[in-house]
Amino acid sequence: MRRLTKEEVEHVAYLARLSLTEEEKEMFTEQLNRILEAFAQLQQLPTDDVEPLSHIIPLKNVFAEDEPKDSLPVDEALANAPEKEDGYFLVPRIIED
Amino acid sequence: MEIFGLTAREISEKVRKKEISPKEVVSAFLERVEEIEPKVRAFISITPELAMETAKQIEEHLMKGEDIGLLAGVPIAIKDNICTKGIRTTCASRILENFVPPYDATVVKLLKEAGAIIVGKTNMDEFAMGSSTENSAFFPTHNPYDLDRVPGGSSGGSAAAVSAREAPLALGSDTGGSIRQPASFCGIVGFKPTYGRVSRYGLVAFASSLDQIGPLTANVGDCILLFSIIAQYDPLDSTSAPLPTPPLEEMLVPEAKGLKIGLVQELFGEGIEEEVKEKVLEAVKYLEEKGAIVEWVSLPHLSYALPCYYIIAPSEASSNLARYDGVKYGLRVEADGIIPMYMETRDKGFGPEVKRRIMLGTYALSAGYYDAYYLKALKVRTLIKRDFDKAFEKFDILISPTSPIPPFKIGEKIDDPLKMYMADICTIPINLAALPAISLPAGLDSQGLPVGLQMIGKPFEEVVLLKTAFAYEEANPLLPLKPPI
Repeated sequence: MRRLTKEEVEHVAYLARLSLTEEEKEMFTEQLNRILEAFAQLQQLPTDDVEPLSHIIPLKNVFAEDEPKDSLPVDEALANAPEKEDGYFLVPRIIED
Repeated sequence: MEIFGLTAREISEKVRKKEISPKEVVSAFLERVEEIEPKVRAFISITPELAMETAKQIEEHLMKGEDIGLLAGVPIAIKDNICTKGIRTTCASRILENFVPPYDATVVKLLKEAGAIIVGKTNMDEFAMGSSTENSAFFPTHNPYDLDRVPGGSSGGSAAAVSAREAPLALGSDTGGSIRQPASFCGIVGFKPTYGRVSRYGLVAFASSLDQIGPLTANVGDCILLFSIIAQYDPLDSTSAPLPTPPLEEMLVPEAKGLKIGLVQELFGEGIEEEVKEKVLEAVKYLEEKGAIVEWVSLPHLSYALPCYYIIAPSEASSNLARYDGVKYGLRVEADGIIPMYMETRDKGFGPEVKRRIMLGTYALSAGYYDAYYLKALKVRTLIKRDFDKAFEKFDILISPTSPIPPFKIGEKIDDPLKMYMADICTIPINLAALPAISLPAGLDSQGLPVGLQMIGKPFEEVVLLKTAFAYEEANPLLPLKPPI
């Protein structure tokens, strides 16, 4: 199996929104390659005629009645937010003036 | 006998008969916690004031002759990834270090209704990712049988707390063995019910198709009692099974006569330590004494379960943990712009194992690799499930060791993720197939360390499984085990 490069590890980290230190990049490149190498045995198993298992118990389309119910009050929902303003979560500026 | 040595069923009965008061019970356990904690460190948060206040309320109900519930006055420890309203719930992570949930998980609500008294929140591997509780961002927990060894994981705090009798009951969560493996390491009973049997509402999600909450207890009777409280259909969890709760009296009957038990060949083979095999096979004889018929059975795809699990679980985790972005709750590390803020927050907030699994999952789900990894793993999951379906055509119960090895030393495996993953080899196939399974003490090895036996049942047939476990415990004169602490 093809080895993962450090550049690919950087790309995956960006997709996962993780800023890694140089040391972490080296470590994860080495470790992920070792893990994926050990997992290569999966590829040897023929599975062309096998359906993927995405729902383990036979439950489908679980609907709730469309009835209004009490929900969490705004101040409680915001209680753990690092920054808030006027009943909203506050994020760093995204759109420039 | 000291109060902390009583079983949960005994405590509940004595409270009901007014032989002991809920306040006496709570004080006795809080004293025990104070004595044991400096050595074991099972708890992230201890809640003595709240526990005493609850005890007082239950006492008032009791004096007025009101219905006080089946767990009235019984202390319980809750794993720190299960939301408790007003009590900090950290998942043993820096990113949730100061998170105080605004609501109770359904299981916590059910426990409160039954009169149970929460004494604290237990240590764990960060976000339940690990097999030793060393991945806690705060501190490791120590095994009550040998303080230099790990208690297992990820529910290591819950297992150690029950083992050292800091609480008679605990809740844990099990995604790949996180209830059963620490139960095995700490010489207690740990039960993962069928996926869907216990509500996951309020359980901080790790891998949603595998996660399940369950009991950790000192004996099978207490496990049955706790299970009967939490096994309730919940409309707030869309994967909750709309089935009635199995009646307590029906489960509290030790019975194994005529049962067909299959010993899983692949889980007694390569990678399983000799002494573990011997202890488990010795323990199986007690079931034969009780009238069970024991034979060997092969499940050929189990050797693929480890890679299958370590693709699926991290993939689901990478998606579930995207919510920790420094906006809605938890830590925020300021940076120049929103994406740098996300990246810095997650870098500072997550520990190495969590990052490793997010990376692995993100890679397995990324364009170009999805078919080779994630889709492949889902297909292999089907093959593993089919193996179990076939085995259960012939057998009522399957048995294997819970862990391939006895408890290892703190620090022994922490630098080698693959070696750590191998510790889950016997437990993960059960989560992949969504089955119920219980770990029971098989005895102590030559070093005096606990060895666990795993009994696996058919989906939603917990009654048969628990009755068999109860019969086994009754027949084995070594049980329940008591740690030297």
